[in-house]
Amino acid sequence: MNISVIVFPGSNCDRDIALSLKKFSNKDPLMVWHQDHSLPESDLIVLPGGFSYGDYLRCGSMAANSPIMKEVVKSANNGSTVIGICNGFQILTESGLLPGTLIQNQGLSFICKNTPLKVENDSSFFTHNYKKDDVINIPIAHNEGNYYASDDVVKDIEDNELVAFRYCDQDGEINNKTNPNGSIKNIAGILNKNGNVLGMMPHPERAADSIIGLNDGEKFFTSIIESLQ
Amino acid sequence: MKALVKIMPKNGVLDPQGKAIENSLNQLGFSQVGNVRQGKIIEIEINSNNEQEAKKIIEEASNKLLANLVIEDYEISFLKED
Repeated sequence: MNISVIVFPGSNCDRDIALSLKKFSNKDPLMVWHQDHSLPESDLIVLPGGFSYGDYLRCGSMAANSPIMKEVVKSANNGSTVIGICNGFQILTESGLLPGTLIQNQGLSFICKNTPLKVENDSSFFTHNYKKDDVINIPIAHNEGNYYASDDVVKDIEDNELVAFRYCDQDGEINNKTNPNGSIKNIAGILNKNGNVLGMMPHPERAADSIIGLNDGEKFFTSIIESLQ
Repeated sequence: MKALVKIMPKNGVLDPQGKAIENSLNQLGFSQVGNVRQGKIIEIEINSNNEQEAKKIIEEASNKLLANLVIEDYEISFLKED
């Protein structure tokens, strides 16, 4: 099982995600530099959180055009599994692997807090160890996490059950009050139609060890590692 | 020649910064102003004497990188050389 974590200048969750993946797979992921022109053979490619290229122009826009992303897009289109978390989600939308985009939070502030999420899709490669409607607590930490897409794109996402997670409260209520950043329909994470690409703003790698007080992200990693085996 | 790319949020797309500027202006007493939108302008030097050709290149650059067409529209203009 080969896992590649792509490292951009300004990535800052690359080591956290590598640590979590190692914990559940017993294997060190390969760290791949953004300027590389070839991708090692990978069963899973991870775009980590952070502030790639200082978030210049638009979050993820520079990273989406870096040399390695050409290979990641090619590989994803050939069926490889790709996860983008936080800045990684922004890079996935900027590179066209996922629809829509992430704009500035409605309240204009950077939000860093544990957030309840409702599991909407429990049959995907990444989420099958959860049950539909589970409420899990995962931290968010972003300034541009406000998911936006045109009405027809949102309808397409919902009709195809591509929403992986939505922001909610501890009772699983989904409404404007339980929406931290203004995302359309409280969307926190989406899948592509083939089910091999997932983008999400919350950070499961910050909720995968009870030593740091949160372990609701563990099933995310066990789902992925089981899918890969 | 020099090109200017003006990038604005599309109509209907939430523009939290524009909204914050509008609120601030209203608080300052500019009660007659509204619908504030914030965009950006990118200035680019381009090695070409043919405006049509230059426009094509800048359009490609805008579509590929400068603007995100999901949320933004852009307009290209050229500055006269001094």
